[in-house]
Amino acid sequence: MSTHHHHHEDFLFKYIFSTDHKMISKQFLITGFTMGFIGLVMSTLFRLQLGWPGESFEMVELLMGSWQENGIMAPDKYLALVTMHGTIMVFFLLTAGLSGTFSNLLIPLQIGARDMASGFLNMLSYWFFFLSSVLMLISLFVEGGAASAGWTIYPPLSALPQAIPGSGAGMTLWLFSMAIFIVSSLLGSLNYIVTIFNMRTKGMSMTRLPLTIWAFLFTAIIGVLSFPVLLSAALLLVMDRMFGTSFYLSDIYIGGQVLDHAGGSPILFEHLFWFLGHPEVYIVLLPALGITSEIISTMARKPIFGYRAMIGSMMAIGFLSFIVWGHHMFVTGMNPFLGAVFTFTTLLIAIPSAVKVFNYITTLWKGNIVYSPATLFSVGLVSTFITGGVTGLVLGNSALDINVHDTYFVVGHFHIVMGLSAIFGMFAGVYHWFPKLFGRMMNNKLGNLHFWTTIASAYGVFFPMHFLGLAGVPRRYYTNSEFPLFDNMVDINEFVSTFAVIALVAQLIFMFNFIYSAFRGPRAPQNPWKGTTLEWTTPVEHIHGNWYGEIPAVYRWPYDYSKVDENGEFLYGDDYIMQTTPMGENENDGGH
Amino acid sequence: MTVVIVIAVLLVIVTGVQLLKIAELRAKSKGENIWEVKEKDGKFQASLMIVFLIAYMAYFFWQIYAWGDRVLPEPASEHGVPYDFLLNLTLGIISSVFVLTHIFLLYFAYKYAYSAKRKAYHFAHSNKLELIWTIVPSLALTVLILFGLNNWNKIMKPVPAETEHVLLELTGQQFTWTARYAGEDKKLGRSHVTLIEGANATGVDATDEFAKDDKIVKGEFHLPVNVPVQFVFRSIDIIHSAYMPHFRSQMNCVPGVKTQFNFVPTKTTAEMREITGNKDFNYILLCNKICGAAHYNMQMDIVVESKEDYEKWLAEQKSFVE
Repeated sequence: MSTHHHHHEDFLFKYIFSTDHKMISKQFLITGFTMGFIGLVMSTLFRLQLGWPGESFEMVELLMGSWQENGIMAPDKYLALVTMHGTIMVFFLLTAGLSGTFSNLLIPLQIGARDMASGFLNMLSYWFFFLSSVLMLISLFVEGGAASAGWTIYPPLSALPQAIPGSGAGMTLWLFSMAIFIVSSLLGSLNYIVTIFNMRTKGMSMTRLPLTIWAFLFTAIIGVLSFPVLLSAALLLVMDRMFGTSFYLSDIYIGGQVLDHAGGSPILFEHLFWFLGHPEVYIVLLPALGITSEIISTMARKPIFGYRAMIGSMMAIGFLSFIVWGHHMFVTGMNPFLGAVFTFTTLLIAIPSAVKVFNYITTLWKGNIVYSPATLFSVGLVSTFITGGVTGLVLGNSALDINVHDTYFVVGHFHIVMGLSAIFGMFAGVYHWFPKLFGRMMNNKLGNLHFWTTIASAYGVFFPMHFLGLAGVPRRYYTNSEFPLFDNMVDINEFVSTFAVIALVAQLIFMFNFIYSAFRGPRAPQNPWKGTTLEWTTPVEHIHGNWYGEIPAVYRWPYDYSKVDENGEFLYGDDYIMQTTPMGENENDGGH
Repeated sequence: MTVVIVIAVLLVIVTGVQLLKIAELRAKSKGENIWEVKEKDGKFQASLMIVFLIAYMAYFFWQIYAWGDRVLPEPASEHGVPYDFLLNLTLGIISSVFVLTHIFLLYFAYKYAYSAKRKAYHFAHSNKLELIWTIVPSLALTVLILFGLNNWNKIMKPVPAETEHVLLELTGQQFTWTARYAGEDKKLGRSHVTLIEGANATGVDATDEFAKDDKIVKGEFHLPVNVPVQFVFRSIDIIHSAYMPHFRSQMNCVPGVKTQFNFVPTKTTAEMREITGNKDFNYILLCNKICGAAHYNMQMDIVVESKEDYEKWLAEQKSFVE
């Protein structure tokens, strides 16, 4: 481990079965983005149906094969698309794609380690992820179609093929794919935790870690504690489906006959599912918050405001995320007292969240902000985190949830606070660390255009959904046209769907920029953004072991930006001081 | 057609590549790095932040102006009044927070764009500030939590048996609703899925004394105004959710489990038609938990009328044994 040796690798071991964290990071990124793009196209397809129900579209005809007739998708296939869109976006893009890419890339580079604790497990983690992605995609093509019970796959709908065709082979593949996905996630998370605790370079105390690393650490811990619960929930569902057990099923009459299942409860599944499902929100969100904290500080040329408070609030959010799952179940008939407890714990999350927002804003205050596309997306994240976060106060309050539960209000809320924030964090990370990923730079002008078109169309899509929700429009409806009550929602739905198409086109700008820059972009310098952290001390080209010679030692925290002496002149002559610069004689280390 | 599109896309890509190359060569000829953010470009992006602030806020208020009257009309149930009060209070608080924080965020993002003449202010923490923005949200939350829990406990309390009320069971199944009134004995007879047969679509136990006078209706059900209604919810197949948005009422129907909710309807259908200015207005019960292909069309009408009209209507309905 401690020496780097350049042995010639053949293609297979360099690009495919690589144990190098930087290559694995790229594998996660590209697989994640590919899945994400598929998920995005799915959403555009069903938005066409929702915007113009019953109208025929060539895009639908072209892409959906037997799932449509004359360019109009079938109702059960609409649900299959909704289910797969949710599953792919939450797990494949925003869990594996986001965490897998940046934890792998940045943990060794920023803590000063030659690689992950176990390169082999790391490789396995990617390949399990790849396998589960392939299985999930295959499930689109099996008889009966893909899983159609919503990404939350509540039984009995997910357990009974009589209830919906997608609960046949499609659901079986979904469950196996997710089981493999969970193995991948656990292997990754364990590796991240062990690496962060054991392999930091000399001088890299915990309070000198960049916030990215703190975020990845909390994310990994939450994942290790919650994903196994989803695995058990999935296994019990497999038993109910295949071996006739009754964990979740009872008293069911369907397809003209009474089923043998007795004594189970679907509510048990909901508890198990959301015990993962809610922490999952923060598994998706925390890496994005870590990434943007780092970027905002670097690009504003200022220390992140309230470093310890940022860590504390992430810890609080992480802890609270385990005791709020019941707010997804206020209307399941749970004991009202339990509902009251979950209301209390849920609304508490607003406090650390507010602290984070104010700390972001204060970091920008009196900064000297350099506007790269990464900066734009980071500021965008603060906006989406606020916009989507505040509506949580409506949904998290059981007394108010009653009437907005499962309406478009929820769809608007979580897409903005979790979906947009996480994908903005991911985009910011890609623009910022592209030089570390590919040794080249992305084009800023295209990046800026990508940001402005994306944020405009994203708010065009998700903001009006709050109004739909307050009008009582339920989510997961194939069309709203069966209710005269919703007739006056037609133009809002068209509005939303129009922006959904624009949002898709906007992502093509990114795709072009990404592919072009990876192959043809200008060569990156070692430290283009003048960052202080260790990854900017590594050579531009990827080498095994990350540093030629010794791993540098660390002498200060990562946020010594614009530090001045008593005459108001920059210390060491520039507006940033690398973590590898030893403390000066009379320099104040700020307690780090 | 497809060929034309493919060619057009290829042309766009080729043009894009050439344009990027030209831009790179131009930067190189001037001795610049194309990826470096120039002060002028940064200032432009910063000014877009102000444009964004104005546009976003204008968009927000425009939506309220254009769509604000399409949200649900005033509540038609007793608990709906405090519900709407708390909802509006919460929406008021979060809208102010939303607008204020965006003004700060985007104004700072505009104002502090990079300038070679300035230095950023090294300001790493301030216990006082951090204390303020821990305490202020906590206070606001305390208000919302207290209001919320108070309402929640009231809403979820079942109607006491001695209070005059209507006992009504709603059963969900793919993709229809069935309502069952308790009848004169004020008790619902037993039911089980194993008893489902022919016309007995929800499996009511005909041997149970309490079942004999139960009344089963489809298509629409009626409620008397100003009388508490105690709902019991069942499902015989998938999880459904009985959502009655005008009454601010929702509860899941779970196979194997009985759930409940209650409310007091306060406005008759006729009154609501006047309030909404829509002579075709009807209260509805809709399914709000994904339950299969026709989930989007699982509905039942609700008629709220005077107690006399209600009793007249109920008397016309056949009881279970008939």
